[in-house]
Amino acid sequence: MLTVTHYTILSAILFAIGALTFLIRRNPLIMFMGIELMLNAVNLAFVAFARFLNNMEGQVFVFIVLTVAAAEVAVGLALVVAIFRARDNVDVDEIDALKG
Amino acid sequence: MDYGALMEGIVFYLFAALAVLAALGVVIARSPIRAALSLALVFLALAAMYILLNAPFLAVAQIMIYAGAVLILFLFVIMVLNPRLDIVGGRNHAQTIAAVIFAVALGVLMIAAFVAGQPAPALGQFTPEFVSQVGHVQIIGALLFSDYLLLFEIASVLLLVAIVGAMTLARRERDQHANAKHDLR
Amino acid sequence: MSQYLWLIPALPLIGAIINLLVGQRLPRALSSWLAVAFMAAAFGVSVSAVANLFALPPEERVIHETLFQWIGVGSFSVNFAFWLDPLSAVMILVVTGVGTLIHIYAVGYMEHDSDYARFFTQMNLFAFMMLVLVLADNYLFMFLGWEGVGLCSYLLIGFWYNRDNLSVGTDEKFLSPRSSGTKAFVVTRIGDFGFTLGVLLMFWTFGSLAFQDVFPKAQAMFQVGAPVITIMTLLLFLGATGKSAQVPLYVWLPDAMAGPTPVSALIHAATMVTAGVYMVARSHVLYSLAPTTMAVVAVIGVLTAFIAATIALVQNDLKRVLAYSTISQLGYMFFALGVGAYAAGIFHLVTHAFFKALLFMGAGAVMHVMNNLIDMRRLGGLRKIMPITFWTFLIGALALSGFPLFSGFFSKDEILADGFSRGSIVLWAVGVLVALMTAFYIFRGVILTFGGKPRWKEGEIISSGDENAHDEHGARGLHPHEVSAVMWVPLVILAFFSIFSGYIGLPHVLGENWLGNFLEPVFHETPIEISAALEWTLIAVSAIAALIGIFIAFRFYFSDPKIPARLRSYYPGLYSLLANKYWVDQIYEYTIARPGRWLANAFWLDVDGRIINGFADGLGRAFRGLAQRLRLLQGGYARGYALAMLIGIVVVIAIVVMRP
Repeated sequence: MLTVTHYTILSAILFAIGALTFLIRRNPLIMFMGIELMLNAVNLAFVAFARFLNNMEGQVFVFIVLTVAAAEVAVGLALVVAIFRARDNVDVDEIDALKG
Repeated sequence: MDYGALMEGIVFYLFAALAVLAALGVVIARSPIRAALSLALVFLALAAMYILLNAPFLAVAQIMIYAGAVLILFLFVIMVLNPRLDIVGGRNHAQTIAAVIFAVALGVLMIAAFVAGQPAPALGQFTPEFVSQVGHVQIIGALLFSDYLLLFEIASVLLLVAIVGAMTLARRERDQHANAKHDLR
Repeated sequence: MSQYLWLIPALPLIGAIINLLVGQRLPRALSSWLAVAFMAAAFGVSVSAVANLFALPPEERVIHETLFQWIGVGSFSVNFAFWLDPLSAVMILVVTGVGTLIHIYAVGYMEHDSDYARFFTQMNLFAFMMLVLVLADNYLFMFLGWEGVGLCSYLLIGFWYNRDNLSVGTDEKFLSPRSSGTKAFVVTRIGDFGFTLGVLLMFWTFGSLAFQDVFPKAQAMFQVGAPVITIMTLLLFLGATGKSAQVPLYVWLPDAMAGPTPVSALIHAATMVTAGVYMVARSHVLYSLAPTTMAVVAVIGVLTAFIAATIALVQNDLKRVLAYSTISQLGYMFFALGVGAYAAGIFHLVTHAFFKALLFMGAGAVMHVMNNLIDMRRLGGLRKIMPITFWTFLIGALALSGFPLFSGFFSKDEILADGFSRGSIVLWAVGVLVALMTAFYIFRGVILTFGGKPRWKEGEIISSGDENAHDEHGARGLHPHEVSAVMWVPLVILAFFSIFSGYIGLPHVLGENWLGNFLEPVFHETPIEISAALEWTLIAVSAIAALIGIFIAFRFYFSDPKIPARLRSYYPGLYSLLANKYWVDQIYEYTIARPGRWLANAFWLDVDGRIINGFADGLGRAFRGLAQRLRLLQGGYARGYALAMLIGIVVVIAIVVMRP
C-alpha cells in the first residue's frame, strides 16, 4: 500500500537534486533547470498531500505554482539572453558584479 | 492479493526510479540539450505520478505547460545561444564539495522529517468518491473562481508582468542596435 | 513712564548693534558720534531715573522693574529685572557720565584708526554689559554683565591685535596686546570661577539669587560668623579680586594698558575694575555676617594698595604708573569695604573714577601727540606745549595724591578715618604710607612728563637700570602740540569733577556727608564715633602725608635729580625687587602657567592624542579590518549566496527535526 510518505520521500530526493543542480552547474540555463526541478518536487508534495488528506486546495496551489514557474522561466531566460548578448558568455563564475 | 495495489506500487516505483535517474541526468549532463531532455523525462514521470494521485487535470497541465511551453523555451534559448559544453562543478572545488554535502544533508534531513512525522488524518471533504462523482475539473474550476479568485487574478497579473518584463529585456538591445545604426548613418 | 530702566542698558546696546552691522560703512564721524549719542542718551535716562528715585522718601528709594522671566525651573526663577537703589544710582551715573566723556575723548583719540566701527561697537557693548552688571536685581543677571565686561575688556585690550608692542621708544619688554588680552581674560576667569561657585553656593543655601530674597533670608537664617556665609563671601570676593585686580590676581591690569587709552580710562580705571567693589558693597548684608571675610577683604585691600604703590614708584611707563595706581586705589576701596565703611568705599570709587579717568586721558593725550611714546624718561617739557593737558593732569594728580580740598583728599580721608576707628591702627598706618607713596609717584609722573626740558629729541634716557637703551623708534622729528577740543573738553569737565566731586562727602567736622546719607538706606551703617579733635588729627595726617610725598617728588626729580640714581645704587636689591614687580609674573609663570601648560600639553598629546584618539582610531581601524575580511564573503557569485542560503536552510531544518 502506497502512503503519502512514499511520495514525499521522492519529492525530497528530487528537491535535493534540484538544489544540487543549481549549486554545482555553471551554465545558467541548467541552473534554471535545477530550479524547475525543485518546483516540481514541491508540486509533487502538494498533490500527494492533497490526495491523502482528501483536500483539493493542494491541487489549486500546484496550478498557481505552474503559472509562477512559467512566468519565472520567461523572465529568467530573457535575462540569460541579455547577459549573453552583453558578455558573449554565460558562465556564472565570471559574473561577479556583486563582488564586495 | 490486491492486484490494483500491486499495479499501483509497480507503476510508482517505475516512475519514481525514472524521475530520480532523469534528475541525476540533469545534474551531470555536460550538454545543455541532454540536460533539457532529461528534465523532460522528469516532467513526464511526475505527470504519471499525478495520475496515480488521482489528479488527471494537473497531469495534463503538467505535460502542456512544463513539457510543452517551458521545455520548448529552454530548447529555443539553447539553440539561440549555442553555449559550449558545460563543466560540472564550479571553479571553487571546496564550494562544490560543500554543495554536494549540504544537498545530501538536506535530502536526508527532509526524508527523516517525513518518515518521522505522522500523517494527518484525512478529514477533507473531497474523498475520491466525491471527486469522481462531481468531476475533478469541475471542482478545481469552482475553487479557482470562488475561494481562490484573488490568487487567480494575481497570478494572471504576474503573467502579464512577466510578458512585459521579458519583452523589455529583449527589446533594449534592439534599440541600442538601432541607435548604433542611426549614428553610423 | 513706568518701565524705563531697561532703556539705560538698552541704548548703548542699540548703538553697539548699529555700529556692528553698518558701522564700517558709515562715515567715521557718524559712526563715532552715534556711539557718543547713545551713551549720552543713556546718561540722560539715568539722570531722569535717579531724579525719580529722589522723589521717593529715603527709606523707599528702590525702583524695581521686571522685564521678563529669564530662567524658570520649578521654584527657581531668574528674571531679566532691574533694581535701582541709591547704590546702583551712583554706579549708573558714574558709568554713563564718565563713559560719555570718555567716548567723546575717544572720537579724537581714534581719529587715525581705520577700525573705528569695531572700537565703538565694543565700547558701547561694554557700557551695556556694565550697566547690566550694576542694574541687575539678582546675582545671575549680574554675572551676565560681569562676564560680558570681561569679554569686552579682552576684546578691547587686544584691540590692536596686529601690533606687537604699543609703546615706542622704550627698552622695556611688554606683552603684546594679544597676549595681554588673553592674560586678562584667563586671570580674571580664575576669579570668575570663584564667583560662580559663590553664586552656586548661594542658590544651594537660599534657593534664590534675587537680592530681595537673599538678603532678608540671610539675616533671618544665619548668625554672624556662620561658616556657609563666610565661604560664600570668600568665593564672591575671589571673583572681586580677579575683576578688581587685587592680590593675588592683580597681574593682568598693568598689561591691560596695551589697549587703547580710552579703554584704559573707561574699563581699567573708572568702571569695570570697580565692579568687584560694587559687588561686595551690594552684598554687604552677607559680608556683615562674615567678620572673617571682612578681615580678609581689609587686609587684602591694604596689602594690594601697598604692593601696587611700591611697584608704581619705579615704573617708567606713565600708563603703567597709572595702572598700578589704579590697583592701589582699588585696594583702598576694599580696605574701606573690609572695615564696614561701604559708603566710604563707594565715595572713593566715584572720585577715583573721575580723577583716574582724567589722568589716563591726559596720559593718552600725551601718547596721542607723541606718536605712542609714553616712556617718561623720554618725555618732559610738555608743560608749555600742552597747557590744557598739563593743568588738567595736574588737577588729577592732586586729586589722586589727596591734596587738601581736592576730591581724592576727602574720599581717601574718609577711608583712613573709618579704617582707623573701625579697623586697626596698623592698617591705617600702612594706608597713610601708601598715600604718601601715591603722592610721590604721581608727581614723579607729572614732573618727568611735563616738567623740565624735552628729552625725546636727544634720545636721552634718565633713571634707567639699563643704559644701553636704543633710539630707533622715530621719536625724533616729533612735533607735539595741544590736542584738539574733542579731547580736551572732556579733560576739563573731568578736572572740574576731580576737584569738586569730593564735596558730596565731607567729613563731619567740615559739613554734611551727603553721599553717605544718600547711601544710608542701602547700607544702614552705624556712624563712626570719633571726636572732632581726632578727626582733625586724621585729616591733618593724611594731608601731611600727601604733602610730604609731593615734596619728595619735587626734591628727587626737580631740584636734585641725582638722588634717585644714588638711592638705586645704595639699595640695588630693593630697586630690582620693585622694578621687577616682586617677580610675581615670573613666579606665576613658573609655578602656575608653566606647569599648567605642561599639564595641558600632556593631556593634549598623551591623554587625548594617544589614549582617547588611539581608542577612537583603534575602534575605527578594528571595524575597518573586520569589514575588509567580511567583504570577502561577498564574492559576487550568485551560487556562493545560494550555498550560504542552503546551509542556513539545512541548519534550520536540522534544528526543527532534531528537536524532541
